[in-house]
This record gives sequence, C-alpha cells and structure tokens, in this order.
Amino acid sequence: MLILECPYCGVKGEETEFAGGGEAHLKRFGPGSSDDEFHGYLFSKVNPKGVHFERWRHAHGCGKWFHAARDTITLEVYGTYPAQTTEPPKDIKDKISAKRPGWSWREFA
Amino acid sequence: MSDAVSALKGASFDGTVTVRDAGLQGMITLRGDQGSAKMTKAVKDATGAAKPGQREITSSGDSGAAWMSPDELLVMVPYDSATEALTKIDTALKGEHYLAVNVSDARAMFEISGAGVREVIAKLCPVDMSPGAFEPGSIRRTRMAQVAAAIWMTEAGTIRIVCFRSVAEYVYGLLCDAAEPGGEVGYFA
Ligand SMILES: [Zn+2]
Repeated sequence: MLILECPYCGVKGEETEFAGGGEAHLKRFGPGSSDDEFHGYLFSKVNPKGVHFERWRHAHGCGKWFHAARDTITLEVYGTYPAQTTEPPKDIKDKISAKRPGWSWREFA
Repeated sequence: MSDAVSALKGASFDGTVTVRDAGLQGMITLRGDQGSAKMTKAVKDATGAAKPGQREITSSGDSGAAWMSPDELLVMVPYDSATEALTKIDTALKGEHYLAVNVSDARAMFEISGAGVREVIAKLCPVDMSPGAFEPGSIRRTRMAQVAAAIWMTEAGTIRIVCFRSVAEYVYGLLCDAAEPGGEVGYFA
C-alpha cells in the first residue's frame, strides 16, 4: 500500500484516496512542434525500476494535483511537493541520493 | 416555491450506532484567497464563526465554516438562511476575486451517534479514526467506499457526514450496513 501526504492539505492518506496522473514534469509539445516532439510528449513515458516521479491528485480530498517522488521497487515515498514547479525540490533530491546514490531520472539526478 | 425535502426525508436506523438523515442544511461553497482580511470578514458576517485554519471546522450556534482546500471553504448556515448568508458574503467580498455558490440542494448530510461511531467510519473510510488522531474541531475529506465524503465530529460520539445528494441513498446504505448489529469489531473499545 502506498501512503502519500498531500502537500496542500497535509493529509496523510492511502493510495485509494488519490488518483494517479502518470509521469511528472512532462514538457508539453503542441501546435508548432515537430512530429518527433509531439510523439515523445504523447507516448514516450519512462517506466523505471527504482526512482520515479509521478503526478497524483487528491481526488477524494482537497482535489489538488501534486507531485510525488517515490521508489517503484520499495514503494518508499521520498516526498511529495506542489505541482507549481518544473523540477523536484533539492531536499527531496538529497533524500533520494542518500538512499540511491548515483540515481538519475530523465534530466534530473 | 416547492417544499424542500432532504434526500432521505429524515430516515433513521438504530444499529450499533444511530444513523439519521440530518435534514436540510444550508451550504455555501466559498472559494478565494483565504489569507485575505475580507475573507475572514465574509465568514464572520455569514456565520458568526471564525475562519477555519487548515483541516479545521469552526462553529457558532447553528452555523459554521469548514476548510475544504487551500482555496475553498464550506460555509454552513440554517437551510432557510442560505440566501441571506450568500448576500452577506457577496457584500463582504465585493471587489475581490472569489466565488460563492449556494450548494445546499446539491448535498446531503447524515449524522451518526453512539459509542461505536469511530468504528463505523473506520469500516468505510481510509482514515485513522483513533481517539487523538481524529477529534472534534477537524474535518476530513476522504473516500467513503466508492464516493467522496467529508466527515467531522460535532462532539465525542457524534459524527456528521456530507456527501453529494446524488449518492445520498448509497451513503445512507453504507452507514446502516456498517452499523448492523453483530458487526461490531471493538477495535477502539
Ligand atoms: Zn489534499
């Protein structure tokens, strides 16, 4: 079971109170982009074993979208943070480094 | 004007706890900047209660206000006073960027009372209902079986539940089922 803490209401809830929203920090490619960029945006998602960044929504709570950094092997949640950011906060990255030295995920490490 | 009735028309059930349709409740969804002084005044003018902090619910007599999200409050007043309360809010927030809507008829409210209320909710919601973890003064929006609900304790042994009116019968059924005699677990006893 996954326990997530919503950064907006501070509720520590279990997975079924939330709704998963796929990969985090996607850069949107729309009109004017190349076919490759648009294809990548729509279909090329990572599915790592280990450190992963996802979007979640507190669907049955405050309704807000947020980000979660977690580990797909251990189900450990390294941290959750607001959606209004384009990269994971430093404290969460440090926490991941302490557990999984040398980790990388897309452009982050 | 037609006579308003609550979703379950005052139904009640005596099980391990008493489940009842709590009747008509005036409810106003109020969205906006919760940090603004005008918002504090709007809540005070409409309910007499203080603006609730994160996950809190405040009350004053028959009225109160609950924290729903960082930009949303639920203002509760007697059903017949909702229109008047809405006018007070609109007056207090004039010029602000906000939204206030009377949602009284879109919701249903239930009340369960008795020694086993913590257990009845714990059967239905993924919420820590232990004494100390959930007490009067706080509100929790969560999932009740398959639907969204908000729960709070008005006093020890009494819990109120708000859900969408469209799922009122489902929620009433859930509560009655969880309160069925013979189904006691005794975890919080
Ligand atoms: Zn939340």
